[in-house]
Amino acid sequence: MSAWTAIVLRDLRAHYSGGGAVLPVVFFLLVATLFPFAVGPDGVLLAKIGGGALWMAALLAALLPVDRLLAPDAESGVLDQYCVRGLSDEGVAAAKIVAHWLGFGPPLMIAALPAAALLRIDGATLIKLEAGLAIGTPALAALGLLTSALTLGLRGAGALAGLLMLPLAVPLLIFGAGSFGGDGMGAIKLLAATCLLLLAVAPFGAGAALRAARE
Amino acid sequence: MIEARLAFDKVSCLRGDRLLFEGLSFVLSAGQAALLTGPNGVGKSSLLRIAAGLLPPAVGTVERSGRIALAAETAALDARLPLGDALGFWAKLDGAGESDVARALDAMGIANLAPVPVRMLSTGQRKRAVLARVIAGNAPVWLLDEPGNGLDTASLDRLAQAMADHRKAGGIILAATHQPLGLDDAMPIALKPHNESPVA
Repeated sequence: MSAWTAIVLRDLRAHYSGGGAVLPVVFFLLVATLFPFAVGPDGVLLAKIGGGALWMAALLAALLPVDRLLAPDAESGVLDQYCVRGLSDEGVAAAKIVAHWLGFGPPLMIAALPAAALLRIDGATLIKLEAGLAIGTPALAALGLLTSALTLGLRGAGALAGLLMLPLAVPLLIFGAGSFGGDGMGAIKLLAATCLLLLAVAPFGAGAALRAARE
Repeated sequence: MIEARLAFDKVSCLRGDRLLFEGLSFVLSAGQAALLTGPNGVGKSSLLRIAAGLLPPAVGTVERSGRIALAAETAALDARLPLGDALGFWAKLDGAGESDVARALDAMGIANLAPVPVRMLSTGQRKRAVLARVIAGNAPVWLLDEPGNGLDTASLDRLAQAMADHRKAGGIILAATHQPLGLDDAMPIALKPHNESPVA
């Protein structure tokens, strides 16, 4: 087994055994539950805005674990040990993105099912939402890790992470929620393009940030 | 195994605006060891980080051949995992097997702690676990930062024995320390507070 897979498996194991998988999902469901309280129990209105609301919830849930993605490994010297073993910072960042997505994307997509029921979202919209999340959550994972690397070692990293990440996630929100209008294929394709771009850039950006943080 | 070698050529270390040391040169080849001494804050850990490739030297070049194992102040062991599993992860990355982990645990006298979660270990036990990680990795170049800190007399003897075995097998050791480690024939590298040149 390659070192790369070993890192992904280690992170996944720590994620699922440490309870880190539950928190964003519960948060996501909580936001979905709060919406009817804020907007009122009007089924038609909820169904209309529900898809967008769930995208907002997904975005906020993605922000939640950002300050803990790299900081524990940096503090305990794990990242240094990877570097001493000649693993590239980009490779480590890519492994972390994959592990983060596996720990956060699929659970969120499952949680979207009860959340959709809470907001009276119909079947066609739900399919678009799930397709959008399947395409969009890898981008959120990549963006989350990039932000985490950029804010590594800074005081108040958590608050700064939100300020950095949320503006960069605006295209995902626009194209994700945009898929609900019309047949939505155009928006889904643009969402996929945004996702590919972020996935391509994030390992290199995060790798450079990890190198800078070491000095 | 490739012939192990670690060579510093006129290396200077700059941290922030402070020059920690400059013009440091030494060569360690198979079986040799060096003891790095000097007061706190003089740059011993930075020198080890430069040797490990974690920090680029401000001036000069560092040549290394052979894999490197670093025992820094940080343990880099997953606190939640049992010690055996935490060491097993690094052994996997180092291309070592379970037998190497068992041998290393045995060498540091902590074989009985393998099922204990890392967070339950005492300071000294954790230090021994870190040394066990270095031993298990089978890397020819050992960089040890204060390896004797927090160890009892029996563990210090085990460490000395492990280092002697490592050198007999053609390994290199560079250790920063404030206490005797049983490396009597090691090359002394005394770092001095700046303005005085280092003696190698």
